[in-house]
Amino acid sequence: MKKEEVPQDGDNLHEGTFKQIMYAVDNSGNYVQVQSAGWEPENIALGQAWDEVNERVKTARARVEAGEISPVAYYMEKNLMDLALLASYVGKFQWQVKRHMKPAVFKRLSERMLQRYADAFKVTITDLKLIK
Amino acid sequence: MNNTIFHHKQTAHCESGVISNLLGHHGLKISEPMAFGIGAGLFFAHLPFIKVNGVPGTTYRIWPGAISQRVCKRLGVKMEAAKFSTPAKGMAALDDVIEAGIPVGLLSSVYYLPYFPASYRFHFNAHNLVVYGKKEGQYLVSDPVMDTVTEIDPDSLVQARFAKGFPAPKGKMYYPVHVPANASFRQPIKEGIQQTCHYMLKVPLPMFGVSGIRFLANRVKSYPEKVGDRKATLYLGNVIRMQEEIGTGGAGFRFLYAAFLQEAAEMLQKDELGKLAGELTKTGDLWRNFAFAAGRVCKSRAADTVSYKDLSEMLLQCAASEDAFFRKLAQVKW
Repeated sequence: MKKEEVPQDGDNLHEGTFKQIMYAVDNSGNYVQVQSAGWEPENIALGQAWDEVNERVKTARARVEAGEISPVAYYMEKNLMDLALLASYVGKFQWQVKRHMKPAVFKRLSERMLQRYADAFKVTITDLKLIK
Repeated sequence: MNNTIFHHKQTAHCESGVISNLLGHHGLKISEPMAFGIGAGLFFAHLPFIKVNGVPGTTYRIWPGAISQRVCKRLGVKMEAAKFSTPAKGMAALDDVIEAGIPVGLLSSVYYLPYFPASYRFHFNAHNLVVYGKKEGQYLVSDPVMDTVTEIDPDSLVQARFAKGFPAPKGKMYYPVHVPANASFRQPIKEGIQQTCHYMLKVPLPMFGVSGIRFLANRVKSYPEKVGDRKATLYLGNVIRMQEEIGTGGAGFRFLYAAFLQEAAEMLQKDELGKLAGELTKTGDLWRNFAFAAGRVCKSRAADTVSYKDLSEMLLQCAASEDAFFRKLAQVKW
């Protein structure tokens, strides 16, 4: 890649915080560091990954509101976690976390267990119950 | 609090950047490409059975930790590294070392680093950064992928250092305790190059090295039929992200390695390596073309089999080009 070809497709994914470094060839054929504001394929792929996340969060939210699953499942999606990751954060087995995703089981959880979920999701217990 | 002066240099990739900055601080000047090359950072692997959020994993570089480990071994650097059972112990140990004026490399999760833009914050647990001091309760951070130095609050740093998941950083920190005053780069460069060639050409498994690229090419061809339109674009998107996205892995590794070969050619007066750098640049451009085309396919969301066949063809070209390149590189006489 030539220096002039270093992509500058800013999509504001960096939110103006930084430009990334790329290595490219200058006119005399030497490699130099060039800053890039972003690149279209990367922006597309990243945008798509976030669309997927948002879609899952939306679905989970709707299911919580319909009383099908507990807020644990919603917050798991919202925090980009999967079952294994969430289980390791709250120190439970995956099957236990899965059980806690049933609304009836969730209602009976102790304050201590709720606090562990709240900590993992960085919310208060009230927010955890109300899905904010 | 003791505040060390740390010379922050922005780099393309976190691990080679941290090692280059840390060693530079101790008087051993080594550029990022040089660290990447000596550490044999270039690699390829496609692992369909290791799924991250349901998407098969692809990597364009060696596994986390390997680069710094190899650089230290080859240059005779002694690194003190530690992991911790509790955050309290980990933070106390960090405070002790920065109090002594030593910048420390830390392994952390991108998800909990508040100075990263939200769009880049996924649960990626193998990000490297340097903490070089503390000011008014904030840790001073030199994150190699950022333009400038930044700061982080203790709570976020604890979360980032002790994130769960795979691989769990467990508060890992590292800093050089012995750095040779004069290191010859000749032997380390040679060993690094030979190791890269070995990994790209000789690993007898279909998912690794050049055969891994062909393996991915075959999988891509049948994505639309096998996994459906939606997943096909997700899978493809991940291949691009791993190639290009900072923070989760990608950083134009082919160009980075070509920059290394060019620097090595100059350092060792070996024109051959310079010519090979030019060849690798062309391979890098092939990868870029692939990413560009793949991005378009992702965007259109229409998973017509033709485009996936074309993409597969492009990958086969990348494989052929890398195959030829590494065979030549392996034959360089030392």
